[in-house]
Amino acid sequence: MQVPILKQGPYLIATIQSALTDADMIELRDALVERVGSNRSQGVIIDVTALDVMDSFATGTLQDVAHMVRLRGAETVIVGIQPDVAFAMVHMGLNLEGVATSLDLEEGLAYLDRSTNAATGR
Amino acid sequence: MATTEIQEDTKKLAPDSTSVLLRELVAHLGQNRTQLREEWVRRISEARLLTTMTKDEIFAEATSVYDSYVEALETRTFEALQAYAQNLSERIIPRGVETHEVVGIVLLLRDVLARSLFAKYQTDRALLGRVLDAYEPAANAIAITVSVGFVRERERIIREQQEAIRELSTPVLQVRERLLILPIIGLIDPHRARQLTEQLLRGIRANRAKVVVIDITGVAAMDASVANHLVLTVESARLLGARVIVTGLSPEIAQTLVNIGVDLGKMNTVGDLQGGIEEAERLLGYKVVLITEMSTT
Repeated sequence: MQVPILKQGPYLIATIQSALTDADMIELRDALVERVGSNRSQGVIIDVTALDVMDSFATGTLQDVAHMVRLRGAETVIVGIQPDVAFAMVHMGLNLEGVATSLDLEEGLAYLDRSTNAATGR
Repeated sequence: MATTEIQEDTKKLAPDSTSVLLRELVAHLGQNRTQLREEWVRRISEARLLTTMTKDEIFAEATSVYDSYVEALETRTFEALQAYAQNLSERIIPRGVETHEVVGIVLLLRDVLARSLFAKYQTDRALLGRVLDAYEPAANAIAITVSVGFVRERERIIREQQEAIRELSTPVLQVRERLLILPIIGLIDPHRARQLTEQLLRGIRANRAKVVVIDITGVAAMDASVANHLVLTVESARLLGARVIVTGLSPEIAQTLVNIGVDLGKMNTVGDLQGGIEEAERLLGYKVVLITEMSTT
């Protein structure tokens, strides 16, 4: 199941629409890392609004995406984590350490604008 | 003379002797209602029970309890007694009547009636024995029904009060655009902590909050598990894109947090609520400027 990845100016937006298998997650990770390079993107937004469960594999893979994407010069932000999901995640010790998070797409874009402006000193 | 009469009676009525005896008891208790009830009320005040009620109230309740007691002995069913016990409890609990008083008065009534039976049947030990065999199980069941009814009612009231307290005490308040305050007052137990977190997360999403100030000035102490829960609350708020500032930590709570090894880098704390709000405003890009002094004339 392929996750659609859209280009929005200097950013890539990946919207997860249903539960993903482990293989799907790996595919998403690789696709994002690849396209950050080919599009010369400055930021990646991964929207998980539709997920009502986040397990350790998903969390770990999202952290991998953020690290790999940063190595390629871009910032990642995860948006749309649901209250119940957030509650369950922290109770399992999955707190997405080191990965930026925002409430929703709008906030995620604002975050990326701020951080890329800061980076380029504009 | 009297002894022979009683022996004759019971010989005749032997087949279903328990219910026959009970009927005889009930008749006796009914006939001697006035003095037995007075004796009971006297014993109640001697034992200094029901001190929060007036003499008239005690007399009125004593009459109802006595009659229900005798009726339960007679019918050997307890529904009416249970209903009465619940009704009585609803009325006397707000008056401050305690469990030991209710158990005490029921046992006193049991004693008063038992003594009266001893007095009546003392000349015939065997008959007295049978009378008690009939009376005791019924009297004990009555004592249990009334006491348990009272205790259940108390528990129900306590549960209701706890629920009301919980609802009252976890407001999530928006004080500026994107800024929420969660003032916590009183004891936090794990259940309440969980409720707070859920309410906070929902509030963050509904108000699109970017900063939350959790003020715990009103919390005297928290144990390690609740402190841990606070840390988890801060982490889960971050997953929804909100920063949390904790204000008003008492020295005790600060000590607890240090003892459980909380990573203080993860928790943003400020001494008091005012400081916390100022920090939150700063984070959100607000600047508060005094334009003119407010005139009080």
